[in-house]
Amino acid sequence: MTTRVPVALRVDPIACDAFGYCAELLPELVALDEWGYPVVGARRVPDELVALAREAARQCPRRALLVAEADS
Amino acid sequence: MKGPATMAPPHGATLLTAWHRHHRCDLAAHLETHGPLPLPVPRDYGWPARLAREIEAAGLTGRGGAAFPSVRKLVAAGTTGRGAVVVVNAMEGEPASDKDRVLLAVAPHLVLDGAALVATALGAGRVVVCVADDRHDTAAHVAQAIGERVGTHLGPPVELARPPAGYVSGEESALASWLAGGVGAPAFRPDRAVPLSISRRPALVHNAETLAHVGLIARYGAPWFRSLGSNGATGTTLVTVSGDVEHPGVHEVALGAPIEEIVARSTPNGAIRAVLVGGYGGSWIDTAALATPYAPAALRGLGAGVGAGILLVLGAGHCGLAEVARIARYMAGESAGQCGPCVFGLPAIAADLDELVRGSPHPGALEQRLHARLEAVDGRGACRHPDGVVRMVRSALAVFRDEVRHHLARGRCRCGDKAGPR
Repeated sequence: MTTRVPVALRVDPIACDAFGYCAELLPELVALDEWGYPVVGARRVPDELVALAREAARQCPRRALLVAEADS
Repeated sequence: MKGPATMAPPHGATLLTAWHRHHRCDLAAHLETHGPLPLPVPRDYGWPARLAREIEAAGLTGRGGAAFPSVRKLVAAGTTGRGAVVVVNAMEGEPASDKDRVLLAVAPHLVLDGAALVATALGAGRVVVCVADDRHDTAAHVAQAIGERVGTHLGPPVELARPPAGYVSGEESALASWLAGGVGAPAFRPDRAVPLSISRRPALVHNAETLAHVGLIARYGAPWFRSLGSNGATGTTLVTVSGDVEHPGVHEVALGAPIEEIVARSTPNGAIRAVLVGGYGGSWIDTAALATPYAPAALRGLGAGVGAGILLVLGAGHCGLAEVARIARYMAGESAGQCGPCVFGLPAIAADLDELVRGSPHPGALEQRLHARLEAVDGRGACRHPDGVVRMVRSALAVFRDEVRHHLARGRCRCGDKAGPR
């Protein structure tokens, strides 16, 4: 069992252009508002979803989805 | 240990008193009133720390809107060392604020003194005063004051910059961006503890009034400053009172004075319905709260803040919701246009408020949608512009809840739907 640094999702709202890939790849953690922009919340990404979260961040065409250290 | 503050203050010395006494604001009159600028002697390495301690002991908070303890900002840039830039923020993009204009018209040298002290403490080689490009009179006053100080060794050289006018262009990261040759829009700052920089030089952005207080605290000391406040708050502050008042204007008051006393200085036109505190991104408060001390801690209890020093009075004869809708529409138009939730959310909120004012065929759905949109927009911009609108609208829905019920039920206003005070 490896210990992970707790991470959370963040969105750079200036870079984000509402492509919506994040919500398709990671519906567990990303919802879209009525205009198509992602709402991610501040909660910690569960360990089993961290790899998927990093993949979603890589797939963002605007590099606007960030996997950052969670605020403790 | 001798602190930087040793002078006896002239009687009643505050930001605006020199002007009220002499009606002069040139450098000679300024130095006559307040005495020499207490800059350190060469190799006095303990001076910056003493100045920071004095400001901290004075309890000075930032006067630009965030009420941030000024000394924390001073120290944040101080740790990064040489080559820093001190930015004097006199952009005053808030339409209901007039204090920076008044301050720079009557006491520009106090502002420049504060900038010189902070710059000297940081070893900063550059001071930039930012005045919006549509404020020609203010720019002329600043330029004249800068000119009078050339060759006087009163701190590092000062430049005047004219960033584009606008509600968000005075946001500190927007100013840093513009001064670095960028677009002048707010930046995404995931960690606000990281100091701002301009072309890789650390930048310290202070509101003009905050710096003017530094110019006085360095001379007369923290105990003097503390003695000016009331109800636990320290110092004086500039407040712009406008709206349904006979004499709109800027007043210098003790921080902590009851709100109703400050409003009374501008003579309200009859009964008051509510007051918008802090600015267009501030909070509405009910008449029951008018005895509250005008100070950060007391206002926090109401979910409000001193903001940029604004009290906008709404008279009992006007429709609060019409005024709220007008302000929300204005704020939607002042978005920097960078973040989706702000670009799309603020006009949507403003449209909902218009519908609320005019009357809706689907009042239940309207109310639900408006609350959902406020929730959706809150905290989702790079800067705090959308958050301010959410705060203002939420406070309005609470303070004007009777009016909201009436508009939803009858599709119109009890007060004849007159336009607001401005």
